[in-house]
Amino acid sequence: MTGGDLLTVRGLVAGYGAGPVLHEIDLTVARGTIAAVVGANGAGKTTLLRALSGTLRPVAGQVVLAGEDLRGTPVEQLVRRGVAHVPEGRGVIGELTVDENLRLGGLWRRDRADARRALDEVYQLFEPLARRRRQHGHQLSGGERQMLALGRALVGRPRLLLLDEPSLGLAPRVVAQTMALLRHLRDSTGLTVLLVEQNVRSALSVADQGVVMSLGRVVHTAPAARLRDDDDLRHAYLGF
Amino acid sequence: MSATRAAAPPAGRVAPDTRAGHDERGGSTLLRHLALTTAAAILLVAVSHGLEPFRTFQLATVAAYLCATAGLTVLTGLNGQLSLGHGALMATGAYTVAFCQRAFLDRSIVAGWTLAVSLLVAVLVTVVIGAVIGVAAARLRGPYLAGVTLAVAIVVPALTVTFDGVFNGEQGLSVPVEPPPAALGPYFPYERWQLWVTGAATLLALLLLGNLVRSRFGRTFRAVRDDEVAARLAGIHVARTQVLAFVVSAGAAGLGGALLAVLAQSASPGAFSLTLSLFLVMAVVIGGLGSLAGAVWGAVLLVALPDLTHTLTESLALPPAVAQRMEGNLPLALFGIALVVVMIAAPGGVQGLLSRPGRVLRVRWRTRRS
Amino acid sequence: MDRFLFLTLDGLSRGAVYAAFALSLVLIWRAARIVNFAQGAMAVAAVYVAYSVSTSTGSYWLGFLAAIAAGLLLGTVVDLAVMRFVDHRSPLNPVIVALGLVLLIQAVLGMIYGNEFRPAEPPFSRSARTVGGLAVGSPYDLFVVATVAAVVVALAWTFTRTAIGLRMRASAFAPEVSRLLGVKVGGMLTLGWALASGVGALAGMLIIPTELGLHPHAMDLVFVSAFTAAVVGGLDSPPGAVVGGLLVGLLLSYVSGYAGSDLTPLAVLALLLAVLLVRPAGLFAPVTARQV
Repeated sequence: MTGGDLLTVRGLVAGYGAGPVLHEIDLTVARGTIAAVVGANGAGKTTLLRALSGTLRPVAGQVVLAGEDLRGTPVEQLVRRGVAHVPEGRGVIGELTVDENLRLGGLWRRDRADARRALDEVYQLFEPLARRRRQHGHQLSGGERQMLALGRALVGRPRLLLLDEPSLGLAPRVVAQTMALLRHLRDSTGLTVLLVEQNVRSALSVADQGVVMSLGRVVHTAPAARLRDDDDLRHAYLGF
Repeated sequence: MSATRAAAPPAGRVAPDTRAGHDERGGSTLLRHLALTTAAAILLVAVSHGLEPFRTFQLATVAAYLCATAGLTVLTGLNGQLSLGHGALMATGAYTVAFCQRAFLDRSIVAGWTLAVSLLVAVLVTVVIGAVIGVAAARLRGPYLAGVTLAVAIVVPALTVTFDGVFNGEQGLSVPVEPPPAALGPYFPYERWQLWVTGAATLLALLLLGNLVRSRFGRTFRAVRDDEVAARLAGIHVARTQVLAFVVSAGAAGLGGALLAVLAQSASPGAFSLTLSLFLVMAVVIGGLGSLAGAVWGAVLLVALPDLTHTLTESLALPPAVAQRMEGNLPLALFGIALVVVMIAAPGGVQGLLSRPGRVLRVRWRTRRS
Repeated sequence: MDRFLFLTLDGLSRGAVYAAFALSLVLIWRAARIVNFAQGAMAVAAVYVAYSVSTSTGSYWLGFLAAIAAGLLLGTVVDLAVMRFVDHRSPLNPVIVALGLVLLIQAVLGMIYGNEFRPAEPPFSRSARTVGGLAVGSPYDLFVVATVAAVVVALAWTFTRTAIGLRMRASAFAPEVSRLLGVKVGGMLTLGWALASGVGALAGMLIIPTELGLHPHAMDLVFVSAFTAAVVGGLDSPPGAVVGGLLVGLLLSYVSGYAGSDLTPLAVLALLLAVLLVRPAGLFAPVTARQV
């Protein structure tokens, strides 16, 4: 189960009509690791995630998940391939209850019994959600929404979790909890995570691998620990 | 709020108008419109001598419809408010002209000018009604406005039956119209006179509308259509603009209805049903939203298509019962299909398709000069 | 007093149908942000199918089932063949396309069946019964109310208690997120159209025998009444549509009973205008619900 690359991206080009935003992205994420894509605002981090999940159709390039090319996979088939994408702003559906949001994450699964088990596990993992089962998404706090979005992704028992700015708008304590949780999931279930973050410090604190993006290109890839300690690189691309 | 009220007119086509504080081709807009109108009038008189009576009558009907489609174009195409109630406004004009003409006749006032007065009264009454609906409409958006005007379109014809003491129910009212003036000679064809009257009224209305569209008011209409918030920030009183557009549009529709009643020499609810309102929408959409030239295409289509389908059903030699069903319904079906197809495939309508090559050339020419 | 009770029962029966029809409008509005102005014409088409089936088989109930099936099918076709291709960025576009469908459907019906009224017989008596000196409405009224109640309960159960209902709601509220969670949003939208059109067909089946008869335009005024009911309830709220339908039914019943049936169209228009001008989001919607 461990070892090898789960996700391989080669020459990925994508954009929104008027010229590409992503230029020939190459990227690999090893099974059971956390990769953090960092970079300034507008570097193309969110676009990268959208292109990976197919919510934005790539112009060129390959996205290979465990040996299978994901290109042409309809977005709604993505969860069936084991990819969960928590979009920008988390995508909690405010009009639905917590329970409904969570169940939605497992509705596609044929193994109903395991979907129920996964739901229970999520409730155990996130105590506050269990207490607010019947409340609507829009009644939750930012931290609770974060839990709901992560929990909903986990109900599908993904192999790869794509996370868009999990720290956005959250208190530092909650960010730290989130990062700790990701590490816990990696260690206990072998989950592979690709997260994009503006909050470089926390992202690199949890990640195994760091990917630096700038103006739509990957400019540097290195173990996260080395990136954390490389002052030149931090100054050049990350601004601190 | 970001949902615009415009029926997606191709942005490029409208842009030259909105930008122009003065006409980009130079010269006075009023003079150019006057010249156009005069040319059209001369053409109309010339044509009226060459056509057989039935065709002349059809052309007069086109002119009457053109008032209404031009009015609806100003409202929907230029101001972005969709009205399904213009058939009802036409009915208002028609019944008003009927009442006026009958009142003149009752008082034995027989003169050439009575018709002009009746038409004017019809426009004024419709303007008042239009102002009332317009005030309500200015507070409504998209499907809500469509729903209200749909209700108007269905309810108003029904009122003629509710108050049949006044409107004489399904039967409707006859509209007494004077014969052509004696000065034109004893054998002057009546249809030609009808065409002259409706043509004159319509050209006058188009002249006024054309100038309005090119004026400051026209620009505020379009600004409100394109982006209400931006228009408000630019200091435009959005609600007032919308009411004004509705009033102008209603007046034109009222005149169109009045002219139709004069042509048919009667005003009855059957002539102003919901179907007529839908026809008008269809006509302006297919003609091309947002340009008065499109309104001409729409009006022509309203008269020509039933005529064509009539010819078609006749040539097919169907059994009489089937032929009768076909004749009434085939134009409706074609209009419906056309509406759907145009909305999906070419939201610019006929005029959009025609003016695209012309516009490209004009833009190129202008850029090369500068 | 007797008359008042009679009119109230009549109004509730009529209102039940408006509620069902308003519900069909709300279903599509919620799923696709389209007010389906063709709903009336689509319902009439389904009732004509029932008419053909009933006259050829002699069975009202076969016709009834045929109408529902035709409604479901028509909704599917309209979504897949037409509405899917309409540019929704301007809210006017789907409205205009729906109007084109109205013209087309009514014309086709006119070509096949002719533009005259066809008799539409109710399956039960429409004369009011009294139990212990108290009017309880006609058997047909009871049938109408019971059918609509069953449909409302079934829809509510489907939407709140089943997986498919959850998928439909999720796709309506957040299509992109739903897609990421494996929901086939396009399919849910089509299902919504089919369901709404089926409910509309049912409403048509129930109301046409109480009106002048079957005619391509038979649902025109019913559409306006149901639209008013939906607006009264706030276009977004299914319970609102039910309450709105009953209110409109009662109002129309009282107006036609006390002031004359000729005035009902005017009453509908007045109510619609009053609600839109005074409380445009409807009586039941939260204040921020409407964004137009």
